[in-house]
Amino acid sequence: MAQKEARPVRYEPVIGLEVHAQMLTETKIFCGCSTKFGSEPNTQICPVCIGMPGVLPVLNKKALEFAIKTGISTKCNISTYSRFARKNYFYPDLPKGYQISQYELPICEHGYIEIVVDGNIKKIGITRIHMEEDAGKNIHESTSGGGNFSFVDLNRAGVPLMEIVSEPDIRSPVEAVEYMKKLRAILRYLGVCDGNMEQGSLRCDANISVRPSGQKEYGTRTEVKNINSFKFVEKALDYEIRRQIKVLEDNGKIVQETRLWDSNRGITESMRGKEEAHDYRYFPEPDLVPIMVEQKWIDDMEAFLPELPDIKRERFVSDYGLPEYDADLLVSEKALADWFEDAVKLGGQPKAVSNWIMSDLLRLLNTENKSIEECTLKPKQLVGMLKLIENGTISGKIAKTVFEEMYKKTKTTLDVTLPMLKVKMEMKEVTAEAIIKEKGLIQISDSGKIEKLVDDVISKNQKEVERFKAGEEKLIAFFVGQVMKLTKGKANPKMVNELLRKKLTWKNL
Amino acid sequence: MELYSLSVSEIRDLLDKKDISVTDIVSSIYKRIDSVENNINAFVTITEDHAMETAKKAQKNTDLEKSKNKNSLLGIPIAVKDNICTRGIRTTCSSKILNNFVPPYESTVTSKLIEHGYILIGKTNLDEFAMGSSTENSGFHTTKNPWDVERIPGGSSGGSAAAVAADECIAALGSDTGGSIRQPAALCGVVGLKPTYGRVSRYGLVAFASSLDQIGPITKNVRDSAILMNVISGHDPLDSTSADVPIPDFTEALGRDIKGTRIGIPNEYFVEGMDREVEVSVKEAIKKLETLGAIPVEVSLPHTGYAIATYYILATSEASSNLARYDGIKYGFRAEGRDLMDVYMNTRAQGFGAEVKRRIILGTYSLSAGYYEAYYRKAQQVRTLIKKDFEEAFDKVDIIATPTSPTAAFKIGEKISDPLQMYLSDIFTISVNLAGVPGISIPCGFTSDNLPIGLQLIGNHFDEKSILKVAYVYEQETDWHRRKPAL
Repeated sequence: MAQKEARPVRYEPVIGLEVHAQMLTETKIFCGCSTKFGSEPNTQICPVCIGMPGVLPVLNKKALEFAIKTGISTKCNISTYSRFARKNYFYPDLPKGYQISQYELPICEHGYIEIVVDGNIKKIGITRIHMEEDAGKNIHESTSGGGNFSFVDLNRAGVPLMEIVSEPDIRSPVEAVEYMKKLRAILRYLGVCDGNMEQGSLRCDANISVRPSGQKEYGTRTEVKNINSFKFVEKALDYEIRRQIKVLEDNGKIVQETRLWDSNRGITESMRGKEEAHDYRYFPEPDLVPIMVEQKWIDDMEAFLPELPDIKRERFVSDYGLPEYDADLLVSEKALADWFEDAVKLGGQPKAVSNWIMSDLLRLLNTENKSIEECTLKPKQLVGMLKLIENGTISGKIAKTVFEEMYKKTKTTLDVTLPMLKVKMEMKEVTAEAIIKEKGLIQISDSGKIEKLVDDVISKNQKEVERFKAGEEKLIAFFVGQVMKLTKGKANPKMVNELLRKKLTWKNL
Repeated sequence: MELYSLSVSEIRDLLDKKDISVTDIVSSIYKRIDSVENNINAFVTITEDHAMETAKKAQKNTDLEKSKNKNSLLGIPIAVKDNICTRGIRTTCSSKILNNFVPPYESTVTSKLIEHGYILIGKTNLDEFAMGSSTENSGFHTTKNPWDVERIPGGSSGGSAAAVAADECIAALGSDTGGSIRQPAALCGVVGLKPTYGRVSRYGLVAFASSLDQIGPITKNVRDSAILMNVISGHDPLDSTSADVPIPDFTEALGRDIKGTRIGIPNEYFVEGMDREVEVSVKEAIKKLETLGAIPVEVSLPHTGYAIATYYILATSEASSNLARYDGIKYGFRAEGRDLMDVYMNTRAQGFGAEVKRRIILGTYSLSAGYYEAYYRKAQQVRTLIKKDFEEAFDKVDIIATPTSPTAAFKIGEKISDPLQMYLSDIFTISVNLAGVPGISIPCGFTSDNLPIGLQLIGNHFDEKSILKVAYVYEQETDWHRRKPAL
């Protein structure tokens, strides 16, 4: 299907997301088996999670707690009376022939999440949050390789999930991404889900329709599944919106169906024929008593919630005078916000710390595909370096080199020594000072030395001096650059600047 | 008197006095099984080797145990219905689909029996997955009524009831979803108690209808019933539907007088069409209770007429889901097929019997989109009304007395081709499960054909003591329970 670059503006997409979040409980939702990821197949199973005859589920209270915390954090009503229900269907990875989920009475309802769109805050409604158990995993031998068997790994069967269903309030793929980012941040702040889409601990299905702008009724929707990475959220939605518009513009009709996102081909594909029409025959789970939650417990949880991204952002703006943009980026990950705040507490100037994080630290982590949690560089190291800039020991420019060197050294120290040591070792701290000494990067602040260099540059560039005198003042940067070149960047830029101006102006007299 | 014909408390006595050894009693039971089991077919699996071994160990412990625990079952031979999981011992639910299933875990009730020293004699026959009233739906064989081997023993715990009546064990466990303990107990002339829903853990009981199933004892007399209740009752962390309520000493109720006890007689339970001999016996039993000081009070359970319809919607709905796990993938019987759907279809077509399929289809229908409101939800609403009927009745009376079954044991084959007639066998027992209250069936007479008749006493929630008290007093004054079938 050929794609047109420009989308007619007269269509408005309507998007609702169903997000499955794997909860970070130690044990499964209805039995005591471990939820650890990546173990040998069928090593984390018991009669309960593999659906043997006569066994019964018992609710893991931690899963309930996590769901309630998520509900509170997304401004939901928490039901003091809710129920589990059975969702019936046959599949080999579903050992009981039904999934224990919630249907009529979910634990959380009617909440919202705030996202920022074009600088404005927009509320995306949360219809409901409910608890359910995950299924296992089918592994198929490749038929091309002569394989003829399918295998079932039930390690994941019974791992607790939350399904978080949004209202159809999302109006663009970008909003969908913002919603997902905010939701992920909340889940991670709460410590209830690691938010890893690639590993499948956060999964997103999207309901999408388009309608002519101004029309009130929703168009026919499709459900897009298998969006298994953050970057595909936007791509998959974008593709599906364009596809639907094209169908409508060709006077076609949207078929209500489930479509799979194919990330290799960058398209969504109908699942027709691959999936039977399901009637899940939901009914209340008779093996579990209704969940009665005391208001006191809910209140206690609310009182002890960690500071959530929205509140933290506001605080960063008001307490540290950060621009909204900086604050928004820093609070996107709790670990990042903590890193920032630790640095500020150690005496770092907030905006300077923020700049260094955003432009240098994140870039370095990014090139190695590392998260802030995996960052070995400590806030203390950055603050130490900032002090050297402040007292003129190094220039901001030199500091870039120092920072990168410090980052790399810190990392090597760890990588090399840790595997060999059995005891927990104190990492030898790499300071900016040490690097400066080692590399001879101390700033040249000797005025005599600088004056000589300035004179040198002026005498060798008479043409530019003339132009400067003629009023081309921005040429000052050229002269500074020349001096820096001679000193490999070590000259004190402030002094160079002042001296140049003085001399150029003086000669003018 | 042969040892096998004795009760739990009588054997306890002999063992404590060292008049007999555990091996004596266990051997006596297996001798009895050897001589009558061919006629009765009460068992699916007989665990003789395991039992003899356990008996030897138990004998060593007799001294230690006797003074320690008055509920001790040390050395007592007990049979267990084959839908209750026993670790390392085949548990089939009398279904071909679980023909080869050996559970790697022990049910909570049998764990408790083990703690109390019981000897497992064997696993008893039932209607497949406890669905039926005659054991004719067993995937293996039909159990015979010891009083007339041409007749059914009732069901679904027909194997357990027949084994107790035929002295093939000293006591047994059954399960009761709509009458499956009480109806066979009545038809075999023994005592069967269905506890309050939540009184006994269901962990390890293969589910038929989770909101109705309950395990209970089938015994030779009321005292044994109380003793077994003392052992198997109680909250279980593995079953969240088991109630966290105090467990009384049920034997304490025995021997108390029943003066002033108000006994409700629901007019809806004495209707046209019920067997005349049954009606007469039950009414005489109530008169007997009156002479012992009880006060009969007329009560009404107005929604009784809807009970069977309600039950067959709710029980089959839950069953359709509970039995989905038998798909040939993980354990049990598997039939091969071309593809996944084919494996499912073949496995379930060949593995399940006709009645189980019928109920899966009924239940699937009731839960289907477009029918759920009219069937499942409506039935839930009626269930609430039936519960309320009992609550209101128990405002006025202490217990309720009814017949257990509308007829005595019927002939093998008589009703098997007419499911509706078969379903009517449970007309007096089903409401008790829907309401979740306890009920006991005790022998109260015989028909002219010498077939046992049962009296059902129904109690309020968690008040098994009241029905045990009245049942015991009645039993003391009569000797129906002492009669033995000629085998």
